[in-house]
Amino acid sequence: MLSTSDLAVARGGVTVLQGLTFALAPGQALILRGPNGSGKTTLLRSLAGLQPPAGGAFHLPPDSVAYAAHADGLKSTLTVAENLSFWSQIYGGPSIDHALTALNLTQLARRRAGELSAGQKRRLGLARLLVTGRSVWLLDEPTVSLDVASVALFADVVRAHLTKGGLAVIATHVDLGLPEATILDLDPYRARVIQSTGFDEAFA
Amino acid sequence: MKALLLRDLRLAFRSGGGFGLGLAFFFLLSVLVPLGVGPEGGTLARIAPGILWVGALLACLLSLDRIFALDFEDGSLDLLATAPIPLEAVVAIKALAHWIVTGLPLTLIAPGLAIFLNLPPAGYPWLVLSLLLGTPALSIIGAFGATLTVGLRRGGLLLSLLVLPLYVPTLIFGGEVVRRGAEGMVLATPLALLAAISLGAAALLPFAAASAIRVNLR
Repeated sequence: MLSTSDLAVARGGVTVLQGLTFALAPGQALILRGPNGSGKTTLLRSLAGLQPPAGGAFHLPPDSVAYAAHADGLKSTLTVAENLSFWSQIYGGPSIDHALTALNLTQLARRRAGELSAGQKRRLGLARLLVTGRSVWLLDEPTVSLDVASVALFADVVRAHLTKGGLAVIATHVDLGLPEATILDLDPYRARVIQSTGFDEAFA
Repeated sequence: MKALLLRDLRLAFRSGGGFGLGLAFFFLLSVLVPLGVGPEGGTLARIAPGILWVGALLACLLSLDRIFALDFEDGSLDLLATAPIPLEAVVAIKALAHWIVTGLPLTLIAPGLAIFLNLPPAGYPWLVLSLLLGTPALSIIGAFGATLTVGLRRGGLLLSLLVLPLYVPTLIFGGEVVRRGAEGMVLATPLALLAAISLGAAALLPFAAASAIRVNLR
């Protein structure tokens, strides 16, 4: 369902990853590993269609992607329910109750998003995925500022999504407790940066 | 799309949303100019159309950088770009929300403020009509300018410099409609040109603005 062939992605005009070839079938999850700056976010943004690939190609069904970035896109003066129902209406109006329950936000539904803790904001940002109804989840460090219980809660949400035939690409350093997920280490795919060797070549 | 319009309006009217800033500016300008110019009624009546239009234009300019900068900072713009509504529609709806929050209230209070400026009575209907036809152009051109500066911190200054020359035709024809109306002259030509600018901007600029967003999100 998601396949890439010899994909290369660039950030700020500099190629950071190249030669990526993988395929994901419905129900599968891919976990991206790699040190900071290795291009995890850039790869996810390219797959989300926010920037064109620097080379190669990838194939996704049209209108299938839900992207969860570092920033949750919350409006602090709107309540939790208002934030979530806005995205639900944008994506065609599924009920938000299921998403609120799945991420344990029902008690907070009437609170303003600006009054939430960092972890609660993150849970609200992730609840947005459930109201999109999209099958391909692209998650960028989804567990930042979540406690252990919330990470487990989120892993359950991802697992439920996978059993329904969805798929997920997750950039994370934390063990999510998804043993069935494939792990892709991005280190071998890092683009070689051409190092300047000083002024010697000018005098050669 | 209705959801996006409602969200933007709701955000504007909640605390810190910036509703009323442009109105307050317009009000202050219209109160202060007569005090500065002095009580000689003839001068004031002659400059009233220009002052009212300049005031409305600058009031619009005040809130332009909020149209996209806030959504960019909290990540909503990334999420809207991957959502199932086209970016062109996002731009058009955000410009509409900006007009409802600034252009429309400015149009409605303008006759009240025109009293301070001693605008001749014949000019009042034309003042309202010219603002009603011209302020949508200010919002849509401003939204386009806001997309050009969306990735910049404190891009307000650059935005003003970019947008101001594009506002000039609207200002010239808008002021001309009111001046001719106040003096009882024929005004079909400037009125038609004013409407043409608004319609042309609304038809073309959402596409340019959507491309600018796509480039800025890369």
